[in-house]
Amino acid sequence: MARLIMFIILAVVILASAVFCVTTKRIMRAATALLFVLFAVAGLYFILDYSFLGAAQISIYAGGITMMYIFAIQLVDKNTLQGMREHWLGKKTILAGAISLVGFATVVLVLLKNAFIQKVVSADALSNEVNMSDIGRTLMSADKYGYVLPFEFISLFLLACIIGGLVILNTKKDGNNNDKEETK
Amino acid sequence: MEKVYILSSLPQMFDSLLRDTCGLSNFWAVLIECVLVGLLVLAAYATLAIILIFMERKVCAYFQCRIGPMRVGPWGTLQVIADVLKMLIKEIFFVDRSDKLLYCIAPFLVIIASVGTFSFLPWSQGWNVLDFNVGIFLLTAISSIGVIGIFMAGWASNNKYSVVSAMRGAVQLISYEMSLGLCLISAVILTGTMQISGIVEAQTGPWQWLIFQGHIPAILAFLVFCIAGNAEANRGPFDLAEAESELTAGYHTEYSGMGFGFFYLAEYLNLFVVSGIATTVFLGGWAPVNIGIAAFDSVMDYIPGIVWFLGKTFVVVFLLMWIRWTFPRLRIDQILKLEWKYLMPLSLCIIVLMVICVSFGLTFTING
Repeated sequence: MARLIMFIILAVVILASAVFCVTTKRIMRAATALLFVLFAVAGLYFILDYSFLGAAQISIYAGGITMMYIFAIQLVDKNTLQGMREHWLGKKTILAGAISLVGFATVVLVLLKNAFIQKVVSADALSNEVNMSDIGRTLMSADKYGYVLPFEFISLFLLACIIGGLVILNTKKDGNNNDKEETK
Repeated sequence: MEKVYILSSLPQMFDSLLRDTCGLSNFWAVLIECVLVGLLVLAAYATLAIILIFMERKVCAYFQCRIGPMRVGPWGTLQVIADVLKMLIKEIFFVDRSDKLLYCIAPFLVIIASVGTFSFLPWSQGWNVLDFNVGIFLLTAISSIGVIGIFMAGWASNNKYSVVSAMRGAVQLISYEMSLGLCLISAVILTGTMQISGIVEAQTGPWQWLIFQGHIPAILAFLVFCIAGNAEANRGPFDLAEAESELTAGYHTEYSGMGFGFFYLAEYLNLFVVSGIATTVFLGGWAPVNIGIAAFDSVMDYIPGIVWFLGKTFVVVFLLMWIRWTFPRLRIDQILKLEWKYLMPLSLCIIVLMVICVSFGLTFTING
């Protein structure tokens, strides 16, 4: 009962924010609505007792990615983003309709196959919280179902991203300095 | 092995009162408990804010050789309540050509992050409001929402000072979250759990607080945590987001009434939350002072956990206020240099040192 009420509240928040996110014309409002969608999805994870996944959702998506979007919006020229308008074309309607139909069919298929709603509503999902130390061991183990290789691979990838970002920043700075020296 | 401290069964007693004595079903019992706990958390939040603001004004006054508010009430104690009333009845007005929706949402995001982290504090044994398995991680996750609120406030104010201040605030908060999280991780390594009640439980007993248990790395982590926490609460020498002399009042320049009140509340409660987490993680939370002498320990155990927790937290709050009113404000480049060149490498070293200490059994423990 309580789970059903919470699920309905979260579903309404997700749907309303998602619709607001795509219909609003102001880009910062869209980013805010996206933030609320991500929060409510984290709430769904908490209902399912995946508290680690929920925490990761809040920390990475709501706290990190949204902030990155907002920074990106700030760095882009204000006039290119304000009041952008797409023209409505017949061809695009058909394509969009087809894509949304495929998406809808996928969602319905997943819902029917996994009996997702019953799992959310029923109380027997209550005890499937995964212990944090189990997650840590699995992440760091090199056994059969261990994730140490993907984990290391992702950290290497992130390191490469950081170094790449620094390299891009440095070349720009050099260029600016040279310009200044030349103008002097 | 597990020791039961005074007043720790109070929530269970209330729960059985609802379920057995009043004969309520599970749904209604949980609902009533949730509403009551929520009200208690908000009441504690507001009360602590008033206490902290009064404390700040008095501490600030004494550091500046003044006596602070004295007129309203005995020793000026009613001054803050008068200020709160003034703030509640002030008119809230909007800025022209600004995004009014975001302008309204921003203070709420800041206060949500603040109340969310506030609810994690362990008041006493068995008195945790939120006690997840992923406790510490979720706590840092929720605290990161505040950055978005601050940024949105600055952006929606349609004011150049606010935007500059919001940029500074966001950069500062994102940077200092790094060393804050790394220090918490070093505590997690030592205690072997992320659950907040588990972390406090690991610190009960004689000389078992983490700063004694983990000696050198833990003390270093505590110091780094205090510095980073001060920056995270936008205070102390790190308050350049609202540097009055250059940015008027920073990202909340255009807010009046309770809009400003929410930012003000969140600032003081973030100070309390940072001190509370420092207490929980490094100073034993609600764990009483035990020195290994049975008579002394049993006397100390009779003092309720909430007294210990509040006492320790207010000591840390006083330390942070002392720092705030003693050091001059840093520049933005100095702040970023301090974090990225000194504090973050230092906290990475602390983690390595802590891992070495824990894996070679060099931690300080008395089995008693």
